[in-house]
Amino acid sequence: MAISVQNVCKRFGEFVALEDVGLDVPDGSLTALLGPSGSGKSTLLRVIAGLEKADSGEVFIGDIHATPLPAHRRDVGFVFQHYAAFKHMTVAKNIAFGLEIRKRPKAEVAERVHELIKLVQLEGFGDRYPSQLSGGQRQRMALARALAVEPEVLLLDEPFGALDARVRTELRAWLRRLHDDMHVTTVFVTHDQEEAMEVADTVVVMNRGRIVQEGNPQDVYDHPADEFVMHFMGHVNVIGDAFVRPHDVEIRVEPNGTTSPAVVRRVLQLGAQVRVELTVESGETVAADLSRDEADGLPLKPGEPVFVRPRRERRFDEAETEVASA
Amino acid sequence: MIARLTLRFVALGYLSALLLVPVSIIVWHTFSGGLAPVWDAITSPEAVSALKLTLEIALIAVPINTAFGILAALMLVRSNMPGKALLSALIDLPFAVSPVVIGFTLILVYGQNGWFGEWFINNGYPIIFSVPGMVLATIFVSLPFVCREVVPVLREIGTEQEQAAATLGATPFQTFRRITLPAIRWGVVYGVVLTTARAIGEYGAVAVVSGKVIGQTQTLTLRVQQSYENFDHTAAYAAALELAVIALATLFLMNLLHPRKDG
Repeated sequence: MAISVQNVCKRFGEFVALEDVGLDVPDGSLTALLGPSGSGKSTLLRVIAGLEKADSGEVFIGDIHATPLPAHRRDVGFVFQHYAAFKHMTVAKNIAFGLEIRKRPKAEVAERVHELIKLVQLEGFGDRYPSQLSGGQRQRMALARALAVEPEVLLLDEPFGALDARVRTELRAWLRRLHDDMHVTTVFVTHDQEEAMEVADTVVVMNRGRIVQEGNPQDVYDHPADEFVMHFMGHVNVIGDAFVRPHDVEIRVEPNGTTSPAVVRRVLQLGAQVRVELTVESGETVAADLSRDEADGLPLKPGEPVFVRPRRERRFDEAETEVASA
Repeated sequence: MIARLTLRFVALGYLSALLLVPVSIIVWHTFSGGLAPVWDAITSPEAVSALKLTLEIALIAVPINTAFGILAALMLVRSNMPGKALLSALIDLPFAVSPVVIGFTLILVYGQNGWFGEWFINNGYPIIFSVPGMVLATIFVSLPFVCREVVPVLREIGTEQEQAAATLGATPFQTFRRITLPAIRWGVVYGVVLTTARAIGEYGAVAVVSGKVIGQTQTLTLRVQQSYENFDHTAAYAAALELAVIALATLFLMNLLHPRKDG
């Protein structure tokens, strides 16, 4: 079901968490709310779920005017960063909770729990307590619990934030596959732009209680609306009033008329990539990301003089400039 | 190592001097004349009546204070109502005020010359110098325990589990029964044990409002004191032993209920 948020405002005392926020999430999409902490992304998610009451504004879930409904009548699945596992219940009981609240027949509950345990790959863990599970397993259990009641929308609040890097990567891919199989309208909150780019169809970037930009991940990355989004979507060099991504910095041995001289400061081997830190004429430090093959062809040692030029740069007082290749 | 042993020795020595030795002496003195006099002292009509009254008062006061304590704890921790600080201070009042003073205030309100006393007496339901007053006094003195035990547990468990239950469709009451109550149950049990101990052991407030009519408004604690004053030492020791046994039984019951390892 589609979600529509209209003119939502929310304050906590003096702090403005949401300022006139409007958002339309299409049915069956996977949307990331992306922003730094304090940007209002979690508050927006909680307003949609009914866990937080907006000071003003409306929330629609499908055709239902959800604004006056309490959380327990909204039919949303919600997954918390710290799992919110029911500690005194086994994994199976946790997953069955929503179904038991809805007084479904025992046999049906048992069957559905069995299915979900399989779906989230927790076979053999049904009788364990949450304290006996790893973080990743707890979060999968929480996801199964939210999915058990077949919610109209699934909301996830920094679902992988408390997990270590490897488990996080696994679960991201798994969430994407799950969404592709089930098509439940999904919104998740993250402060990690890589996670948002990797998982979501649509990225909604928030800052200081407002939505600054929304669109498909590649568009947002390539055409950031302002300096904030430019910075937030990845590492960026600021040279004068121009913004250049490290992978758009070209390093040459000889000058070609559009290049400027620079000196290599540091070379970092980052596995598949090589990051070179240089000082340009103006004294500013510039980072360049090269593939290993590119790097192998260049004399990259600290102190070496080289020549650099941006392949693509961006200024926010005018349109993006594509620098002609030489 | 030596420091730790010394610490242990001091702690155990302190506890023995203060607790174990007096309790052992009660047992010792109770049975110094053999079993028969003790049995007679326990089964005398006055003693049976005192035991019954003690249990009756506890059975009324403990459930009421448990329900109130949980409710008050929920209000203190989960709600945003104004005047929370005042409620919190009021709940601690019975700790701060001497039980004797509590007894006197009850007389001032419900006694013959008190605000409501005459009305109750005229309607054939006197409160002071009868059981209802003793129940009131007991409720008053044992009021804070459940609330004070539950508040920190409620704070510690946080609200996420409750919010998760709500998103899964549970009404506030279902959430309380299925999520909150199981999560705070050890705080509640501990509070109930303390409330029971205090309800059974209370002397001062109950003494003031009871009138101490033997066979009618005499509880076990009052019986200990009155028998002792009347030089009926066997009866005093027997009643004291009953109190000790009830206390131990309560503790034992709590340990019996202790949780499976699912914390």
